[in-house]
Amino acid sequence: MAVIAEPVAAQVKRSSLWSRAFESRNFLGAMFMVPAIAILILFLAYPLALGFWLGMTDTKIGGVGRFIGFQNFVSLSKDSVFWLSVFNTLFYTVFASIVKFAIGLYLALLLNERLPFKSMMRAIVLLPFVVPTVLSAIAFWWIYDSQFSIISWVLIKAGLLTNYIDFLGDPWNARWSVVIANIWRGVPFVAITLLAGLQTISPSLYEAANLDGATNMQRFRHITLPMLSPIIAVVMTFSVLMTFTDFQLIYTITRGGPINATHLMATLSFQRAITGGNLGEGAAISNAMIPFLVAAILLSFFGLQRSRWQQGGRD
Amino acid sequence: MSSVQIRDVRKSFGNFEVLHGVSIPIEDGQFVVLVGPSGCGKSTLLRMLAGLENITSGTISIGDRVVNNVQPKERDIAMVFQNYALYPHMTVAENMGFSLKLRNAGSDEINKRVKRAAEILALSPLLDRYPRQLSGGQRQRVAMGRAIVRDPQVFLFDEPLSNLDAKLRVAMRTEIKELHQRLKTTTVYVTHDQIEAMTMADKIVVMHDGIVEQMGTPLELYDKPENQFVAGFIGSPAMNFLKGHVRVNGVATFEGPNGVKLPLKSAPAGSDGRPAVYGVRPEHFTIADDGAEAEIVVVEPTGSETQVFAKVGGEQVVAVFRERHQFNPGDKVRLKPDPSVVHLFDEATGKRM
Repeated sequence: MAVIAEPVAAQVKRSSLWSRAFESRNFLGAMFMVPAIAILILFLAYPLALGFWLGMTDTKIGGVGRFIGFQNFVSLSKDSVFWLSVFNTLFYTVFASIVKFAIGLYLALLLNERLPFKSMMRAIVLLPFVVPTVLSAIAFWWIYDSQFSIISWVLIKAGLLTNYIDFLGDPWNARWSVVIANIWRGVPFVAITLLAGLQTISPSLYEAANLDGATNMQRFRHITLPMLSPIIAVVMTFSVLMTFTDFQLIYTITRGGPINATHLMATLSFQRAITGGNLGEGAAISNAMIPFLVAAILLSFFGLQRSRWQQGGRD
Repeated sequence: MSSVQIRDVRKSFGNFEVLHGVSIPIEDGQFVVLVGPSGCGKSTLLRMLAGLENITSGTISIGDRVVNNVQPKERDIAMVFQNYALYPHMTVAENMGFSLKLRNAGSDEINKRVKRAAEILALSPLLDRYPRQLSGGQRQRVAMGRAIVRDPQVFLFDEPLSNLDAKLRVAMRTEIKELHQRLKTTTVYVTHDQIEAMTMADKIVVMHDGIVEQMGTPLELYDKPENQFVAGFIGSPAMNFLKGHVRVNGVATFEGPNGVKLPLKSAPAGSDGRPAVYGVRPEHFTIADDGAEAEIVVVEPTGSETQVFAKVGGEQVVAVFRERHQFNPGDKVRLKPDPSVVHLFDEATGKRM
């Protein structure tokens, strides 16, 4: 009996190597993660690493670069156009984000009320978000055109102006113009997301506050704002990141002009790397954005940390 | 504390009228329970009292003041919501003190009153917790604490116990009643649970399809329901109804389904031969030789009593016995309703005869 049984047992052991592996939670877990890891490496880690590497080289289009350490950054630090683009980017991000938040919150509060044609109004609010950026940028380009601007035309016809406004020819006009275009485009995202947040607040809280004697302003201050704060943190993080890294609007409307007055770090990076052919320098400008973005993320990370009242569990 | 007068109040949502002229007088310090099946308009009426819904017509007054056009916050009422509506971002103490804070009360005053309310409700150790960290019963108590801190004219409760489990519900029922006995604040309490209504109310208002079917003390409603709806709604297990005709030839009897004879103490004048509904509460059956023949279908012992489902004249009835009869399904017994406590209702109108 024992003599016969032994080879059978060995066979069972051998054939079960694969099946045992597929029954192992660890092995299977690793297998299931392979596609996700492959995608992350291919499309996230590799480009990021390549960007870092390029920033440390003097690669030009068509040529093989040498490693030059931080030389790109050293030369950028003496480059007034680079510093101008940093200023522009911060200016663009700060003003556009603040106004987008204010208008978005206002619209969200408005759309959360009982209004006639509510769903239609919600759809209209979403429109700027639906139109392709480049398309809306071209529309703004026409609105800001020095000869055909509808704004100038209306103001002149109304007798408020005598000359056409040079929207995109003057540095500060141009800066404000692109900020406004960005606001127009970014408001729907903020408004709709905040509206979704508002709708999670139970109406009975407002009723309770009403009975407790709260005025409209007090209801906003003591109920809406604290209840909405987690959503506000998420929305503003995304809003700041998207504004900081904006490229399409600027590139279509001004291409960074006049005299680099609207160059953002993203557009300058593209101009130096692709148009100018200095891949290494362009990559370095992109890399210079990273500290700002990390700072923004960290800020929201600590802001996002769930307050004590949101944490579950007892005790 | 104040009396509340509800006079011929109507409420329409668009063209749809949900309250068809409701009048309820509520005395100072009374505990009034509005009870009825869902959709009867009881919560709407409460919300109108709170000022959360407009009054289409009629008047509601609190004390001597008609409050139809008075803002909720100026009505001096406090409400406990079904879902408690505690502010999740405020601690228990902040939740309870919120209304005082809005009225610019000093922090000493707020602390004092919150502390007192917390002592009444045994919430003192929980004052620094957030609603999330509390159990259902504790949240319920915080909601009540928020109401009593304000010392309002009227308390409103909107199905406050329906989110609690059965055992806690019974405990909280007692607690609310005790609280009312202690504070003696006029209270309007909405529920769909007739047991809550029976156990807590000074006065029950039974509502159905936007009208008041009957008002009275719990026992008045139980002993003398004005119509078949109230009779069926109040009491558990529900009253048995048997259709048939009144017969008066010498003695008044009731001829039930399939000719079953049921006893009557007396018949209203001129009711001979009239189609009617015979109502008998489950506990008013006895086993007697002159009872109606019944076949037992199901026996459900609960320990303290036994519910027996049986067929009388082909209709199923339920009887409750305190004694422990040895019944088995299929047994033939004779069930006799106590004629002094049976009810007769007009078959067409459902009104008490």
